[in-house]
Parts: sequence; C-alpha cells; structure tokens
Amino acid sequence: MNDDATQPIVRMQALNKHFGNLHVLKDIDLEIVPGEVVVVIGASGSGKSTLIRCINGLEEYQLGKLEVDGSQLLPFGKSNRALQRIRTEVGMVFQQFNLFPHLSVVDNITLAPMKVRGWSRADALETANRLLERVGITDQAHKYPAQLSGGQQQRVALARALAMEPRLMLFDEPTSALDPEMIGEVLDAMRELAKEGMTMVIVTHEMGFAREVADRVIFIHQGEITEQGEPESLFDNPQHERTQSFLSRVLTH
Amino acid sequence: MEITFQFDWAAAFGSIPHLLPGVPWTLLISFGGLAIGFFIGILFGLLRISPLRWLRWPAIVYVEVFRGTPILVQVLFIFYGLPQLLGSPINALTAGIAAIAVNSGAYISEIVRGGVQSIERGQREASLSLGLSRSQAFRYVIWPQAFRRMIPPLGNQGIISIKDTSLFSVIGVGELVRQGQIYIATTFTALEVYFMVALMYLVITWTLSILLRQLERRGLAGQ
Ligand SMILES: Nc1ncnc2c1ncn2[C@@H]1O[C@H](COP(=O)(O)OP(=O)(O)OP(=O)(O)O)[C@@H](O)[C@H]1O
Ligand SMILES: [Mg+2]
Repeated sequence: MNDDATQPIVRMQALNKHFGNLHVLKDIDLEIVPGEVVVVIGASGSGKSTLIRCINGLEEYQLGKLEVDGSQLLPFGKSNRALQRIRTEVGMVFQQFNLFPHLSVVDNITLAPMKVRGWSRADALETANRLLERVGITDQAHKYPAQLSGGQQQRVALARALAMEPRLMLFDEPTSALDPEMIGEVLDAMRELAKEGMTMVIVTHEMGFAREVADRVIFIHQGEITEQGEPESLFDNPQHERTQSFLSRVLTH
Repeated sequence: MEITFQFDWAAAFGSIPHLLPGVPWTLLISFGGLAIGFFIGILFGLLRISPLRWLRWPAIVYVEVFRGTPILVQVLFIFYGLPQLLGSPINALTAGIAAIAVNSGAYISEIVRGGVQSIERGQREASLSLGLSRSQAFRYVIWPQAFRRMIPPLGNQGIISIKDTSLFSVIGVGELVRQGQIYIATTFTALEVYFMVALMYLVITWTLSILLRQLERRGLAGQ
C-alpha cells in the first residue's frame, strides 16, 4: 500500500515485451501519479492494449522494471503474490465488457468484493446498488447481462470494477464495441469518475473525450512512446512527424 | 393370398413381468458407471488442458485408448482378462459398471475439455482483473458457464451409455437384453420379446431426454 500522493502509482522503467519474435513494447518509461488521467493513443497494433495489460499482469513482460501501487511486478509473470494483490487494487474495463453472462447484474458486481475482499453479502449489495445508481443503471439489478444494451453492459462493467474500490482504473477502448448512440453514456460515467479524482489510464480513439479529461496524452508508435504531453500541446502542436500524421488521419473523420 | 399377421400382442405383454427385473440392472450399470465416468471425465478433462505437459499426456493416452477400442472388448477384458492378472474373479455387475465408467469417462473428458475451452478468454481475464485467484475464476466464472454448455453432450453420452449396457448380456449380467434372452429360450417369441425390450430402452432414454431438456431450459435462463 502506498498512500503518498507524490509517489507514482505506476512506475515502468525500460520495459520490454515480446510476443515471440515480435517486439511489441520497446524500452517504455512511464510514471503515473495518483489522480492523474492518462490517455493512450496510437494506431492499431502499436501496443496500446499490451501496455495497459502489463500494468495488471494480464500480459507478462520480459525485460525492465515495473512497480504498481508499491509492489514489484517481476518479468515473466513470476510475482504471483504481488500480482494478485495488485489486481485487487487495479480495476479494468474491457472493450467487450466481459460481464459474466451466468450471473445477474448485481451478482456480477458483488462476486469479487465477497470472494476477494471477504465482504458480507449485505455490504457488497449496498455498494453494488450505490454504484449502479452512480452509473445510471436503476431497476436492472436482477437482469442478466444479455438483457441489457451495450451501453448499459459497459456501465455495469465499470460498476463491477469500482466495487473493488480500486486505486487505479484501466480502460481498453471502452466505447469501441458500442453503437454510436451509446458511447456518450459510457463517456459520461468515465468523465464523472475522472472528476472524482480516480487515477485512470485510458486507451481510446475518442479524441474529443481525451482532450477534455486527460491530464496527459501518450502517443505510441510501434511499441515506443513517441510523444507525450498535455492534451492541448499534443493535439494542437504535435512535435513529432509521426504524431502529426496519426492525428491528421484520426481527426479528419 | 392370405395375410398372416404374426405379432402376438398377448405374448408381448406377457413378457413384461419377465423383462422388468432387468430394468434395475440396466439402470444400475448405466447410472453407476456414468456417475464414476463423470468424475473420471472431469479429472482427465481438466488434466488435458493443464499447462503442464506431463499432466496432459496421461489424459491424452487415456482418452485415445478408451475411445479407440470397442466397449465390448473393454468389458470382456475387464471380466475375463483382469481376473487372470489379479488372481481373483470380478463379478459381472462390477465389470459392467467399470466398463461404462472408463468408456464414458473418456468421452466425458473430451466434453469437459471442449466445454471449458469454449469459454471466451475475456471471462478469465475479467475475473483475474478483479483480483480473483485462478482457482476462484475457474470455480465461480468458467466452470458454471462451461457446465451449462456441457449439458447437451453429457445427455447424449448418457443415452449412448445406457444403450451400451445391452452388450453386457455377454458377461451374463441380468440386464434387459439378458432377461429377454432367458425368456425367449423357453417361449421362442423373439419378435415380441425383443420388441418389448426395445420399447423399455426407449422409455428409459426418452425419460432422460425430457429431464435433460428441462434442466437445459432452466440452465439457460441466465444467458
Ligand atoms: N497474444 C498475442 N500473441 C501474439 N501477438 C500479439 C498478441 N497480442 C497482441 N499481439 C500483437 O502485438 C502487437 C500489439 O498489439 P496490441 O493489441 O497491444 O495493439 P493495440 O495498439 O492495442 O491495437 P488495437 O488498436 O488494434 O487494439 C500487434 O502487432 C498484435 O498483433
Ligand atoms: Mg487494443
């Protein structure tokens, strides 16, 4: 546990990751401080997902150093104990929601607090209901995921992650699988979360949203951090030619 | 031309009391064997998908051996062959149950493997990202979903195994076919008796089908 607000919650040093012969992350240096909202952008296949999946150990890396919330995550997934502790403190929202289809909305949310944190059912239920209200899902607690719209499912997935009271939230393209009319409701919930001071790392193609909520935007190209900075400077005045061409491609449509 | 209708309904119905004693044997061998086969299947099915190679290969060998040889040969081997190895006889009921167990176990391990592997990777990742341990993820998230998908193929296997027990008349266990053969030996009404034997198998397998369909429907409520 690391409560010092000035200490980074994520500290990546010269992190390298290979998928077989493919060098996916190259010497990544990245520090994220509590309360910071970091948006990661880049072309398809540039390594954005891999980068944030390293932070909660869903991907293992081979070389470098990684510390999350005060615990070392060793290369080759060798830090089992630390890994599980980190995962209880780091929440994640996936592109495909990944709700548990055999559990009701409320059971999706209470499962981890009860089994991992050891909360009573009553406590977990109370938290679940509070979070559902907060993400704008009411009267659906006993429905199953398949009975909800995509936007609702993603907001339940957000509530499920928040129920663990994480210190850091990871988002991997949370709106990419949604119909356009449902993107707004998910972004609203995330915006709300950012306002409350949650530390967030967000992979997204929603540039308007990034500009609005990000404290820092990171542009990744072929596994390297090519450029990073405040959204105004990175979007309006990109220094690197690769950043310019990427932005001109995504911002024109 | 004279049409001779030879089916003797009285003989058919008359055989029922002589066949019925076979039903509990058929059920005992099938369900006893299937219950054990289910545990064998879960064990070997999970070994089969273990990340450790030395746990995987015994499971592969087991499945290949018992799926690749006829169940009739398996039961003959157990009933006549094994006693020579062990030096003591095995009773026919035990041999029958054991044959269904090892045979259905091989198929069920494939069903278990397929069921578990059919669950999307994201389910496991979401579980782990919430802090669940690997075994918790399996127990609360993967297995319940996999099991639901396994119900139809398990039902199929149950029906196949019930019918397989008919082969065990060769080792003299008093199941349905055996009872029929004994009765026919004194009455020579093969047509009527085998018709009734077939009907009894149908009643058993239909009942199982209906039960399974209800289980499936209830299981799918959450999907
Ligand atoms: N499990 C894997 N095995 C092998 N290669 C992989 C695997 N996962 C990702 N890759 C490769 O690693 C590279 C980076 O993938 P990653 O998913 O991190 O990209 P991304 O920036 O998230 O792309 P997208 O915008 O399409 O989601 C890609 O070339 C991808 O094909
Ligand atoms: Mg991605």
